[in-house]
Amino acid sequence: MHRYIPNTEADEKQMLNSIGAKSIEDLFVDIPKNLRLEKNLNIHGPLSELELSNHMKNLSNSNKSVDDLVCFLGAGAYDHYIPSIVKHLAMRSEFYTAYTPYQPEISQGTLQVIFEYQTMICSLTGMDVTNASMYDGATACVEAAIMAVESARRDSVVVSSTVHPDVRKVLKSYMRFRDVEVIEVDMTDGVTDIEKLKSLVGSNIAGVIIQNPNFFGIIEDMTEIEKITHANKSVLINYVDPISLGILKSPADYGVDIVVGEGQSLGNSMSFGGPYLGFLATNSKLMRKMPGRIVGQSDDVDGKRAFVLTLQAREQHIRRYKATSNICSNQGLNALIAAIYMTTMGKKGIKEVAEQSAKKAHYAMNQLTKTGKFKLLFDKPFFKEFALTSSVESTRINKGLLHHNILGGYGLDKDYPELKNGLLLCVTEKRTKEQIDKLAQVMEVI
Amino acid sequence: MKDYNSLIFELSKEGRKAYSLPPCDVGETRLDSLIPSSFLRDDEVDLPEVSEVDVVRHFTNLSTKNYGVDTGFYPLGSCTMKYNPKINEDMAALSRFSDIHPLQPEETVQGALELMFNLDSMLSEITGMERVTLQPAAGAHGELTGLMIIKAYHENRGDKKRNKIIVPDSAHGTNPASAAVAGFEIIEIESDKNGAVDLEKLKAVLSDEIAGLMLTNPSTLGLFEQNIKQIADLVHEAGGLLYYDGANANAIMGIARPGDMGFDVIHLNLHKTFSTPHGGGGPGSGPVGVRKDLVQFLPIPTVEKKDAKYVLDYDRPHSIGKVKSFYGHFGVAVKAYAYILSMGGDGLKNASQEAVLNANYIMNKLKKYYYLPMDQVCKHEFVLSGLLDNENHVSTLDVAKRLLDYGYHPPTIYFPLIVSDAIMIEPTETESVETLDSFIDVMIKISEEAKENPEILKTAPHDTNVRRIDEVKAARNLILKWDKNKQ
Repeated sequence: MHRYIPNTEADEKQMLNSIGAKSIEDLFVDIPKNLRLEKNLNIHGPLSELELSNHMKNLSNSNKSVDDLVCFLGAGAYDHYIPSIVKHLAMRSEFYTAYTPYQPEISQGTLQVIFEYQTMICSLTGMDVTNASMYDGATACVEAAIMAVESARRDSVVVSSTVHPDVRKVLKSYMRFRDVEVIEVDMTDGVTDIEKLKSLVGSNIAGVIIQNPNFFGIIEDMTEIEKITHANKSVLINYVDPISLGILKSPADYGVDIVVGEGQSLGNSMSFGGPYLGFLATNSKLMRKMPGRIVGQSDDVDGKRAFVLTLQAREQHIRRYKATSNICSNQGLNALIAAIYMTTMGKKGIKEVAEQSAKKAHYAMNQLTKTGKFKLLFDKPFFKEFALTSSVESTRINKGLLHHNILGGYGLDKDYPELKNGLLLCVTEKRTKEQIDKLAQVMEVI
Repeated sequence: MKDYNSLIFELSKEGRKAYSLPPCDVGETRLDSLIPSSFLRDDEVDLPEVSEVDVVRHFTNLSTKNYGVDTGFYPLGSCTMKYNPKINEDMAALSRFSDIHPLQPEETVQGALELMFNLDSMLSEITGMERVTLQPAAGAHGELTGLMIIKAYHENRGDKKRNKIIVPDSAHGTNPASAAVAGFEIIEIESDKNGAVDLEKLKAVLSDEIAGLMLTNPSTLGLFEQNIKQIADLVHEAGGLLYYDGANANAIMGIARPGDMGFDVIHLNLHKTFSTPHGGGGPGSGPVGVRKDLVQFLPIPTVEKKDAKYVLDYDRPHSIGKVKSFYGHFGVAVKAYAYILSMGGDGLKNASQEAVLNANYIMNKLKKYYYLPMDQVCKHEFVLSGLLDNENHVSTLDVAKRLLDYGYHPPTIYFPLIVSDAIMIEPTETESVETLDSFIDVMIKISEEAKENPEILKTAPHDTNVRRIDEVKAARNLILKWDKNKQ
């Protein structure tokens, strides 16, 4: 018998007896013979726990982690520090082995955590309301675009080319099948081209999607964009880095209608791209168009404060045929991690992480551009990422850095062919002066 | 700690903190000398100010108000709440899996790519498909991805009129929702009296506008769809494709494969069949598998093996594109991969056999007390239709709530929609006969209480942290976040 299967042979016999079956085979008589798999599955194992552990460690050792390498790579996944208690608390198995909180009386832990998560995401973004999380930043952005299409009743959305390339790709995949046109607005000098935006935003445009800080780390001037968007009665969608909101003005201050973003940097490990969490927050006007699960406060029959899933009328299991979103499972555990992270960092910590990241990124930029070999690609205010350009190809720089166990930047020419030799670097609070100086020193001689 | 009832915001006190960071070592600069002050916030984000011990006790106390698979029996139909092995958590947390950046150079992530490549092969072998993508984040996301592939397939053939998807009325709620999101019109067909696909009704709706049929097998009633070959032939003859919802795959591993039944596109739920934890509502993972000629439509990138190296392949002109950032829930994939190796091929088959045995065992013991509409051998789960001889009008909800008092997570209730007062029970293979017997005893006891003392059911639960919650109040008087000014 297997360690995960408790029934013994004797149990099996007794159970079959009570059912009135002679063998397990009797329980599968309903599967036609010609559909039965006539061979054994060609899958290795079973492995004992020790064998498995050795195999997995060997496999993982073919990877280099950000403990092996000094990470200056960002572009959508970020190497911020994760306090020890985050993982300890998220590994409470009452949290991670539970299902979606459909039975609220025995799910108050999960429900209250989501309520607190909702409160903190609203504080961070300045918005009225948020849901219990989406799959990731990219799909959250898609859901926001669909909200815009549904509420404006128009059939096109505008997205800035300074929005993360993956986000734009996911947006296009989804919208292709919904017959919604996705129009990209060009950039000028690393930011959304305001004049072009103005010319594109017409009566067919349901929403405008801007990333801020944008893919190049640059802080977009939202004031003008907000005027253009709202003058056209379109929905303004902002894709934001939650850490940046520790120091930057909140999207609500700019009059944004829907705020989305990738929540990985709120305490979630990079884990080769997932699982992360997307967040989506909006104003009360659009609240009922918001997809996903939402937790509300109520009382139980004894008048005790209690939490419960609410606004379910929007959920897919009720609007089966008219659903505008099909999300069911979301990222509960990742939202829990984000909640623990935000609680741990608190009012002062979120600010300090953002401030240190910004200061170290600016120090790195200054060190790297000192001799003139590397120049800032765009001379614009930035947060924790910045793009450099030089006469050296970015793959060559990264290869050279890897020799020194440094994980270099993101080569921009993959997504922006016109930005040949562009290299996007990221500096978080984890980096030290010594590591940054080393980076500059190595890059200088490649 | 039953009475712990504080929100973290109520514990906050100015000046407390739970974090520490090294001093900033790149010199003292004013932030507004780096970033124009018009971009900077004037206030601070209103997050809690608490000590580290406060954080630890708060979340620990909250966790004790939850019920997980580690707490007890969780026979939640359609959700496959099997044991989530601890070693898998350890493996996913290995630093060289969890602390790798998705955009690292390929030569520094060979182990991760190899794991993804091998998991693709394993899942393909289990389902009888050609290739599997790991990109979809959850079951519903897998459905959407699969439907996009079906649409891309028809469009690629120049057939643009196929804008309808057939969904049986017994389907999971996400099926029609996913079809709607993928831009399809939904044609619902009524099931026959056994909850199976009605062949005549299917024939009546098949046409050259049908893109495909979505089906789960075993059905949501826990019964194997015996006419599956005929169904597949009919749909294929009409030019449509067959989509397999893998929510119920725990019944058939190593026994029958959707690929051999005639399914063209499938998804699996790693968080059901392959033991990865549900996380209180995610993260899931919904890999999608396809037959050979549909591989070209899979999302980018795929993982390929070239000259003994693993690479990410983005050069796939017919791909539907990306459905998610990066490559999917890698951390979940690690756990599923570890699970499959722990079980081995024969172990997976045995898991399905034991899951089916456990379900039939409970079904046979309970059918004297609860109404069993389809009295035949079931697969990994079965559906009851309320209490037998229910003169006191005790509802399925009351039965479920009373189970809470006895320390069980209730079964799925009021689903599938085609069975009235449905009670859907899925024990999984990781439960012992003793656990099943205790549960059966309690279910029988509840059926007796329904006759003798129905009030105790109608007012249940009595022994939980909170009792029945006023959902109407929650929806009418919306409180969706803590408001400092309203305290």
